Amino acid sequence: MTTIQLTRKDFVSDQTVRWCPGCGDYAILAQMQKVLPELGIPKENIVFISGIGCSSRFPYYMNTYGIHSIHGRAPTLATGLKLANPDLSVWVITGDGDALSIGGNHLLHAARRNVDINLILFNNRIYGLTKGQYSPTSPRGTRTKSSPMGTIEWPLNPISIALAAEATFVARTVDVLQKHMHDIFLQAANHKGFSFVEVLQNCVIFNDGAWEQYANRKLRDDNDIFLEPGKPMVFGRYSDKGLIQTPDGLEIVELNDEYTIDDLAVHHVESLELAWELSRFQYPKPLPLGVIYNVTRETFGEGVRGQIADAKVLKGEGDLYKLYNAGETWQVKKNGRK
Amino acid sequence: MAEEQTASEKRPVVIQELEDVVIRFAGDSGDGMQLTGTQFTNTAAIVGNDISTLPDYPAEIRAPAGTLAGVSGFQVHMAQSHIWTPGDTPDVLIAMNPAALKASLPDLEPGASIIINTDAFTPANLAKAGYETNPLRDGSLKNFQVYEVPITTLNRNAVQDVEGLSPKQLDRSRNFFALGLVYWLYDRPLEPTMEWVKKKFAKRPEIIEANIRALQAGYNYGDTTRLFQTRYRIRPASLPPGTYRKVSGNEALAMGLVTAARKAGKPLFYGSYPITPASDILHALAPLRNYDVITFQAEDEIAAMGSVVGAAFGGAMAATGTSGPGIALKSEAINLAVMLELPMVIIDVQRGGPSTGLPTKTEQSDLLQVLFGRNGESPLPVLAPATPAECFDIALMAFRIAVRAMTPVIVLSDGYLGNSAQPWNIPDPDDIPPIEIKHPTEPNGNGVFLPYKRDPETLARPWAIPGAAGLEHRIGGLEKAPEYGNVSYSPHDHEQMVRERAEKIARLVEFIPELDVFGPEEGDLLVLGWGSTYGAIHAAVADAQNRDLPVAHAHLRYLNPFPRNLGDVLSRYKRVLVPEMNMGQLAMLLRSQYLCDVTPLNKVQGRPFKIIEISRKIDEMLSGAEK
Repeated sequence: MTTIQLTRKDFVSDQTVRWCPGCGDYAILAQMQKVLPELGIPKENIVFISGIGCSSRFPYYMNTYGIHSIHGRAPTLATGLKLANPDLSVWVITGDGDALSIGGNHLLHAARRNVDINLILFNNRIYGLTKGQYSPTSPRGTRTKSSPMGTIEWPLNPISIALAAEATFVARTVDVLQKHMHDIFLQAANHKGFSFVEVLQNCVIFNDGAWEQYANRKLRDDNDIFLEPGKPMVFGRYSDKGLIQTPDGLEIVELNDEYTIDDLAVHHVESLELAWELSRFQYPKPLPLGVIYNVTRETFGEGVRGQIADAKVLKGEGDLYKLYNAGETWQVKKNGRK
Repeated sequence: MAEEQTASEKRPVVIQELEDVVIRFAGDSGDGMQLTGTQFTNTAAIVGNDISTLPDYPAEIRAPAGTLAGVSGFQVHMAQSHIWTPGDTPDVLIAMNPAALKASLPDLEPGASIIINTDAFTPANLAKAGYETNPLRDGSLKNFQVYEVPITTLNRNAVQDVEGLSPKQLDRSRNFFALGLVYWLYDRPLEPTMEWVKKKFAKRPEIIEANIRALQAGYNYGDTTRLFQTRYRIRPASLPPGTYRKVSGNEALAMGLVTAARKAGKPLFYGSYPITPASDILHALAPLRNYDVITFQAEDEIAAMGSVVGAAFGGAMAATGTSGPGIALKSEAINLAVMLELPMVIIDVQRGGPSTGLPTKTEQSDLLQVLFGRNGESPLPVLAPATPAECFDIALMAFRIAVRAMTPVIVLSDGYLGNSAQPWNIPDPDDIPPIEIKHPTEPNGNGVFLPYKRDPETLARPWAIPGAAGLEHRIGGLEKAPEYGNVSYSPHDHEQMVRERAEKIARLVEFIPELDVFGPEEGDLLVLGWGSTYGAIHAAVADAQNRDLPVAHAHLRYLNPFPRNLGDVLSRYKRVLVPEMNMGQLAMLLRSQYLCDVTPLNKVQGRPFKIIEISRKIDEMLSGAEK
C-alpha cells in the first residue's frame, strides 16, 4: 500500500477566504487543513458539504470535492452521497442556525441513522450572515436586531440534542484551543459512524465574546473541564478541582486533604447516562470539552450494503428479464393467442 | 353475438358473447374491494382480454363502516378488442352494502346489472348510507336488472366449519364469495386466484381454506341458483404478439428506473418520503436490493430530495418520487440541482390540490408548479407518460435526458396512471440500448479542471465524481463564473449562466421525438392532450373518426421543451381542443408560446375524463353548437 504524503497546502484552495478579520472560522479552517494530511486519505476521496451561513462557505476554501448546498440540508446531501459512494470521507460543515434551526430535523435523523459522516457545528450563538439576529443557541435575554428587548426563547443545547438523537460520537472543542481542536477532529474522523463535534466559535462582529468565559486564557481553566476517556475528571487552573459521584449526581470538590484524585469520578465515554449529565452542566459547573460520548454501532451504510449482499445471496444477482416477467404472464401468438 | 347452450351444466344457461364489459366492485374500505378487483383483473388478463382498471378508494384507511365516505371501488374494463379507458359507466355493479350502491348509482346507465349483498341492507346500514327507504323495496332501482344475493349468509354457510378463525374473521372472506359468483357469471377460471391465495397466505392455512371455500361457494351458487339465466363470455383480445403481464403506472415507473440504472451500469438510488399516490414506487423498489437498488426512506420530502442531489454528485443514478405537496417541499433542492447541473429524475404522481387536497384522487394540476414553481430562472425538462405501460419508457427516457444534459428531469404521472393497470407487452431487456455515461478522468482546461466547461453540442457540463484525482472542485447554489464555476456575482456572468442553463434545456428539442398526429394531418379540429387523458381522448377521437368527423388527436409526452413541430401542428387545424384535468394549464402555455387560441376543456373532479365528455365537446365544436 502506498503512503499518501499530503501537506496542509494540498488542502488550500485557490479561493480568497472572505470571513471577517478575526473570525473564529479561520482557526477552524487552519486546523482542518492540518488534520486532513494526517488521515492518509487521498484528497479526491474527501468531500465537504455545507448549508448556508458564514461557516458554510468553508468548502470553497478546501481543495477537495465540495458542495455549498442549501440552508440546513447539508446532512441530507451527505447521506445520499455516502450511501452512493461509501468509500468517501464526508464532512458536513454547519452552524447553529443551519443545523439547529432550519435543519434541525435533518441533524436528528442523520445522527440516529448513524450515517458515517463527520458533522462540525460552528456555534457562535448568532446569525452572522444575515447580520446579527439571535440564533437557537442564543442565551435567553440576548439583545439583537430582531430581539431588541431580549430573546424570550429558551436556547437549545447542541450536545444534549446530539445525545438524544442517538449520535455515536459527541464532542466539543473551542476555536481558540488549536491543539485540542486538532485532536478532536482526528478522533471524529477516525470514528466509524456519525461524529458530532460542536466548536464554540466567536463572532467578532455580531457576538464578540460569545464564549468569553470558556475561551479566555485567564478564565477558561476554571470554567472548562477537559474530558479524557478512562481518566478522573479533574479541572481548574492548578488542576485543583474535580468531580465526584454523589447520590445527587456529579458534584464539584476541591482537591485537598479531604479529596484526592483517586476519589474523583472517571470519564466513561461509553456511558450515555454520564454523557447526558455532563451535557446538562451549567455554571458553576465546568463546561465539558473533549469527547463526551463515543460508542460503536453498525453504520447506515454498512446496513444497506449488508442487505444488498444478503439479497444477492438469497435471490441472486438482479436480472431484468426476471423482474419484468415476475408474477402472472401470458403469451399472445401471431394468429390470435396462446 | 353468438349464443349457445352450455352442455355440462345442470340447468339451461345461455352463454352470450360480449365485445366488452365494465364491472365495478364496491364496498366498505375494509371489505377487500381493491383485492377483489385486482384478482378479477389478473384473471381477465391471463385469459387474454385487454384490460383497463380504475381503483377508487378513500383517503381514510378505515372510514366509518357503512358510510359513503368509506366506499372503496374498483372498476375494470375488459374486452376482446383494444380498449383505452376503464369505461365510462359500469355494466355491472357489485354492491356489498347500501353506501356502495348509493355512491355508484349516479354512474350507472339504465339497464345496468346490480348484484346486491342483501344481508348488508339492514336498517342501520341504510341509515348510515342516508337512505330513508330501502332501495330494494321502494322501486327506485326499477330501471336496473337487480340480483339480490344474501352474500354474507351464503358465505357463512360455506365457511362455518373452517377451524381457527373467529366468526368475524370468517365473514371477511365474503368478498371471495362475490368474486366467485362474478367468475361464474363471466365464465372465468378460479385457478389463478386460488394459486394467489395459496401463495399469499402460505403461513395461514385456515385463511387459505376460508377464502378458497368462499370462492368456490360463490361460483357454485351461480351455477345452481335460478337467479342467473345467462353467462357471458369475452374472447381473448387480438393484441400484438408477445409475452404480456399486467402493469400499473407506478410499477412501470419503478421498473423503468431500475432498467435505466442497469443500462448505465450504475446503482439506482431512490430517496423518497411516503406520500399517496406515489408510495407504491418506493414499495416496488425496496425489495430490489439484489439489483443494486438503494432505497432510502428519508425523514421528509426535503431530505429525500437532498439525498438524491448528494447521490447524483456521487455518481449514482438518482431518483425520487412524490406528489404535488412533496414537489412544493422539494422545490428548493430541485433548484439547487438545476444550479449544480447534476442528473436526476423526479417523479410527481399528481393528485388533487391545492394543499393536501384529494390525496387519493387524480388531477393534472402540477404542470405549472413543476415548470415555474421555483425561484429564479430555473428551466428543466418535463415529461409525461400517457398510459401505465408507457411509464416504463418515459422513466428510461427521463434518465437519458438527465445524463445527456446534466439536469434534473421531472416526470408527471398522476394518481390515475399510477394505480390503474393495463397489459404490458414485456420487452426483451437486451433490446434496450445502454445509457452511455462518461465521467472525466483528466483535467479539461490546461491542467486544471473546469467544472462548468460545457459540451459544445449539448451544453452539458462534465460529470466529475469524487474519487477522481485531480478533478477536485467545489460547486454550490451561489451563481458562478462560466467554465470555472467559482462564485461570481458579476452581472455579465449571471446573465451568461442564466442563458446557458436555458439554452441547454431548449437544445433538448433536437433529442426528443416529434409530435405524432392520429388522424387527418390538417383540418377542422385537433384534440391535444397530455398525460393520462390519452385513453379517453383517443377513444373519443377514434369514435368521431368512425362517424366521419374531421378530427385528429395528438398527445404531448414532452412538456418542456415542446416537440419542435408542435407550432406547425397547431397551425394546421382551424381549432384546437385541449382537455385537461386542471383549469387550463397546458392551454395557457400554448397560448403564450404559440399565440394559438386553443379551446380548453377542464375537469377537476378527482376523476379521469369519460370518453363521452370529450365526444360531446368534439361534436359541439364541429357542429358549431357551442355557447
